[in-house]
Amino acid sequence: MYNKRTVIPGLAIFVLFVTLPLWYNGLSAGPIPKPELPPNGTKECVAPASEMRDNHMVLLNEWRDSVLRESGRSSVSVGGKEYPKALQLACMECHSNKEKFCDDCHTYASVKPYCWDCHLTPVEAASKKETH
Amino acid sequence: MKYALSFLAVIALVLIAWLGSQIPGMPYIFGVAFPYLAIAVFLGGFVYRVVQWAKSPVPFSIQTTCGQAKSLDFIKHNKLEAPHTTAQVVARMALEILTFRSLFRNTHAEMHQGPKITYESSKWLWIFALIFHYSFLLIILRHMRLFLNPVPFWVQWLETLDALFQVGAPTWYMSDVGILIGVGFLFARRLTNVKVRYISLLNDYFPLVLIFTIAITGILMRYFLRTDIDIVNIKQLTVGLAALHPTIGSDIGAIFFIHLFLVCALLVYFPYSKLMHMGGVFMSPTRNMKNNSREVRHLNPWNPRILPHSYAGYEDEFREFMVDAGIPVEKELPPQKDEE
Ligand code: HEC
Ligand code: HEC
Ligand code: HEC
Ligand code: HEM
Repeated sequence: MYNKRTVIPGLAIFVLFVTLPLWYNGLSAGPIPKPELPPNGTKECVAPASEMRDNHMVLLNEWRDSVLRESGRSSVSVGGKEYPKALQLACMECHSNKEKFCDDCHTYASVKPYCWDCHLTPVEAASKKETH
Repeated sequence: MKYALSFLAVIALVLIAWLGSQIPGMPYIFGVAFPYLAIAVFLGGFVYRVVQWAKSPVPFSIQTTCGQAKSLDFIKHNKLEAPHTTAQVVARMALEILTFRSLFRNTHAEMHQGPKITYESSKWLWIFALIFHYSFLLIILRHMRLFLNPVPFWVQWLETLDALFQVGAPTWYMSDVGILIGVGFLFARRLTNVKVRYISLLNDYFPLVLIFTIAITGILMRYFLRTDIDIVNIKQLTVGLAALHPTIGSDIGAIFFIHLFLVCALLVYFPYSKLMHMGGVFMSPTRNMKNNSREVRHLNPWNPRILPHSYAGYEDEFREFMVDAGIPVEKELPPQKDEE
């Protein structure tokens, strides 16, 4: 083999890159997120839980478009109670602990919804109420 | 015909994964066994190919140059086009790999009345190849969020950058559009440019179709067919694969297994195909040698070892025979001692 002194380190770097997940995680899969159930004691979501896990972002997007573009400010009823089609006034009403619910999964899956650039998290909303 | 065949081959792969993953128990084959097998073949094959190349001797000093080589001091040396030191070789190689300089020089030849041939600069191949390769790289780096736990900060940066337009939810990525446009152009080029079409083989079309289908299935999975695509659940499998104890929690949609199976096919195909240009570009003597043949003699490694043999040495070796045959010698034989 020629040029051993460059070929072998080159190959070693390549193999290290490809196997990054093996040694980065240290052969441990790490903790699995356990999103907290709504503290207000409700038992149902706006759709079955399995569907929510797959599709909640699609649903939010549809709601946003229908409310803001087609002025479809209707409400949904969950377990007999009416909720407006909204992010803060529906989802966060029940899932009031964003940090232990939404963020738990999102940190694990590395998603950082930009919604909170404008929308208030329940914690922020509470602190706003106090100052006004 | 050749391109139709590559479509057929990919459709067959899709069907195998689609139908196969529906059989109870098979998700473990498609989600665990095949990925491990594929990555082993990929790594083993890749290293094998590179070692084979490294074992091949380079008989001549064959850098490609397109600029003035280093010469007398008052002649301006073109450092990038005729690299003379290792640093210059590295610089040229880095620019080639990061910006595809050789494709930037691509020309388009055309016959006109006369007959007259014209060569025109054609940058399309360069720009679309760049779009395609960088999108591909970005997608692979972003996919690391599925395999690394905790997810490193740079993955989050790349995601934010790639989703800068903040369209929809899940947000659209620029690289998704980029890879489709890129592969689309590279494929269309092979079909519409008659000269390129003439030299294109099944092995040129197949990887393009395969990568296109991988991207399409990924995009379908992310934006359109989300049923049973719970990323938290999928990540438990993918991180589990990296931790060497994979588990499949609840059901995962067939589209995921199709995506994954096609990727496995790509990984297995990789070391035995033109895709090895990924490693090959580093190994190609036309790019990794220094243009210093005026100072350093390039020795062909397979030359036999021939030691210099002076006339004096030759005569020393054969003097007796030469004297016997009556050939004149410069140094006489030592005077013979009588044996009595
Ligand atoms: C009426 C209260 C309520 C509202 C409003 C509500 N949820 Fe839920 N959500 C729940 C409950 C209760 C569960 C748990 C259901 C279960 O486990 O069967 C849940 C489950 C979920 C899950 C699945 C969590 C898991 O671990 O499986 C997601 C994701 C989710 N909700 C997101 C949302 C989003 C996004 C919205 C706004 C569009 C929303 N929810 C609105 C009460 C609510
Ligand atoms: C640029 C600021 C901004 C960002 C970012 C943003 N929103 Fe909104 N959103 C608004 C405004 C303003 C309204 C209008 C509120 C109203 O009229 O009731 C709204 C309304 C909505 C509504 C309907 C009504 C309501 O009060 O909730 C939904 C649903 C919604 N947004 C979801 C989202 C989601 C999901 C994201 C992240 C993917 C997001 N938004 C990001 C500003 C923003
Ligand atoms: C069961 C885990 C889970 C829970 C709980 C959860 N999410 Fe998500 N969410 C995800 C995953 C995973 C994605 C990424 C999906 C993908 O990339 O395909 C996501 C994506 C999103 C997106 C799209 C982000 C983007 O930029 O693409 C929004 C918006 C979102 N979630 C809102 C919420 C809100 C609001 C809550 C809390 C009420 C919530 N999610 C709770 C798992 C969860
Ligand atoms: C050659 C390698 C691969 C290519 C080119 C590729 C391409 C893509 C593309 C273009 C998407 C669309 C969304 C995005 O850009 O993130 C996607 C999504 C996805 N891919 Fe891949 N992929 C590859 C390998 C893999 C592997 C090895 C896995 C898992 C084992 C995987 C799992 C997924 C999943 C789960 C999604 C959905 C992500 C989401 O919903 O956000 N991919 N892929």
